[in-house]
Amino acid sequence: MTRKLLTGNGAAAWGARLAGTDYIPAFPITPQTEIIETLADWIDKDEMDARMVTMESEHSMITAAAAAAASGIRVFSATSSQGLLYGMEMLYTVSGWRAPFVLVNVSRGLSAPITLEPDHNDVMAARDSGFLQIHCSTCQEVIDSTLLAFRMGEDARIRLPVIVNLDGFYLSFTREPVEIPDAEAARRFVGEYDPENIRFRASSPVSQAVAVLGGSPYSYFRYETHMAAQNGITVYQELADEFAEQFGRKHFAVDAYRCDDADIVFVMLGSFATKARAAVDELRKTGQKAGLLRPRLFRPFPAELFRKLLAGKSGIAVIDQNISMGMGGVLYAELAGALYGDPQAPPQLLSFIGGLGGRDISLEEFFEIAAVTRTAVNEKRTPPPQLLYTEQELREMRKLQAVARVERDELNNSGDMKHD
Amino acid sequence: MYRIRFHGRGGQGMKTASRILGTAFFLEGYEVQDAPRYGAERRGAPIFAYVRANDQPINERGVITQPDLIIVADDSLVPVPAAGVMTGIDQHTVLLINTDEDAGTWKHRLNLDCEILTLPAEAKERDELRFIGATCCGAAAKLLGVITRDKLQQAITEELAELGNDVIEKNLARALHAYDSMQAHEGCVQTTPQADASDYNKPAWIDLPFEAARISAPDIHAAANSVEIRTGLWRTLRPVIDYDRCNRCWWVCSTFCPDGAIKVVDQTPEIDYDHCKGCMVCVAQCPPHAIEAVSEQQAQQQELAQETAS
Repeated sequence: MTRKLLTGNGAAAWGARLAGTDYIPAFPITPQTEIIETLADWIDKDEMDARMVTMESEHSMITAAAAAAASGIRVFSATSSQGLLYGMEMLYTVSGWRAPFVLVNVSRGLSAPITLEPDHNDVMAARDSGFLQIHCSTCQEVIDSTLLAFRMGEDARIRLPVIVNLDGFYLSFTREPVEIPDAEAARRFVGEYDPENIRFRASSPVSQAVAVLGGSPYSYFRYETHMAAQNGITVYQELADEFAEQFGRKHFAVDAYRCDDADIVFVMLGSFATKARAAVDELRKTGQKAGLLRPRLFRPFPAELFRKLLAGKSGIAVIDQNISMGMGGVLYAELAGALYGDPQAPPQLLSFIGGLGGRDISLEEFFEIAAVTRTAVNEKRTPPPQLLYTEQELREMRKLQAVARVERDELNNSGDMKHD
Repeated sequence: MYRIRFHGRGGQGMKTASRILGTAFFLEGYEVQDAPRYGAERRGAPIFAYVRANDQPINERGVITQPDLIIVADDSLVPVPAAGVMTGIDQHTVLLINTDEDAGTWKHRLNLDCEILTLPAEAKERDELRFIGATCCGAAAKLLGVITRDKLQQAITEELAELGNDVIEKNLARALHAYDSMQAHEGCVQTTPQADASDYNKPAWIDLPFEAARISAPDIHAAANSVEIRTGLWRTLRPVIDYDRCNRCWWVCSTFCPDGAIKVVDQTPEIDYDHCKGCMVCVAQCPPHAIEAVSEQQAQQQELAQETAS
């Protein structure tokens, strides 16, 4: 096992390499491109025995990935943001084929307006697609989760494609010390893929399912896919145990940090959760019993685990790096759904939305989130969702708007593009 | 925990500098995090890169807002708000600038009470600029005081391995020279503790007011946009037309300009220097070689001298 500095993108590429990927359909998009560049370089140097094909769009890329998976080989691909959305039609389609493969999504905020920096609205759009989702918090988790994702997707109790999600910039371009598992050990862990009845072959045409179904058989297939996805909880936990035994790193479905005796608990996804971890440590130094729950597994949603881990807590602060327009935070709504009616459910469940388009969430903001949550617990009253935004940010926004106004006036009045 | 930020322009090697420093820390046994922030993703545009190093795993993430050390490869970035050079600077921060001027001038100009240091004067020379990343990380390593000369060398050799021995040797020479030149300031960088949960500055959260789409839509409905964003400041080289040599072809330079920054009036091309990013495509394309590439810095100094004289 070698410990070296790797970006999240480099880690994703290592995951694909160690899993013995056979085929990689690809299409570039910032901030994901480094993954396919790294794989292309290895294939070029004969360090990796795989076939890479650059497609003309993500729509084709997802189709090619699933078609290849339906021939019983191991497939990996990667995308981000608008790319994931462009492939969205096929995302929903191919999960119904029940042919597993691994798709890395490097989270990036969606247009318009455009940004290159991360939030989770892109991967949330794939929430109901039938792809399972593992969310990473460190570069180490990216490499390990990619291996876990192949095993999980290929498990006979599941057989569905899996998304491994990592945040753009904060993981994709950030180097951290990463232990690269030994190639033999990784290969042993992932194992040989048994495609069972998946057997598309060149020169022997067969059809994939039937064209149109009525509601009853349609429902059967949809329900079966849902139940397969739900099996992901059990399967993932088995795999995480096996992984921990073999590699010494624990990646359980929900990462519980200092939660046992906590009364206030942060709940959030992704790389910014390490900041919440730092905040928990600082809050503990002042005697506040804070904790953090971070779902690694987002699909299937580990509702039962959440109910268990949050039983008897006083206040929960859900921090969403996504926004469902006209509703609010997606994780908040899902957690509320999981907890509702449970006699042990915490009385106060608060929603905070922040970190959109890479906006920072400072340590001080985590402290304040804890303080607001404690106040809600004491007053037995839940405040409305807080959209994290400061006075200073609005000042900077006003400056941009002033520049835009000057520009608009200038362009509209002068009709002359030259600025003197 | 050490928190270090490198500022430069796209193409100056700030990402590589941050990686070299990150690797040097890692070789010294530190936990490390290093990352670039690309901004406009264009050569010449402001970029920065940052490094965190600690004796235990690092949970802090994202842009550094409390820098212990700021390294500026190009002093023209200091007054550019989008570059964010001054973000989070305070009394404990060490500011290291590549500049022709002395530290006292910058101290006075910025009204700062932190330590300001300058890179060796020769780093500013045109031929040395392509090694500015090596110079920056070499100097930074010495200022930190916890990175040995050996580990710096090893880090450079590892990070530049794919570029071959010649490139490695040249960068090593600059980095080690800068390292040695900072002898008098060895270990001057001080870390600062992170925010304390019992006594912290409350974030000044507001309830964002609703504003009608007329104001809050991200649109500028106009024939062009970004006129007010002077992308010309990304330029490190300036194309200058020699009208004696220009054969008034009226189209080559203006057609090839990828930014639409050359327009032709009465068969005479004019360059919009507010928006020319200095890509030098016009210089390459002009058939009679009538466009010359001039150092932006020198051109600005000449302009200043002319203005002062008149």
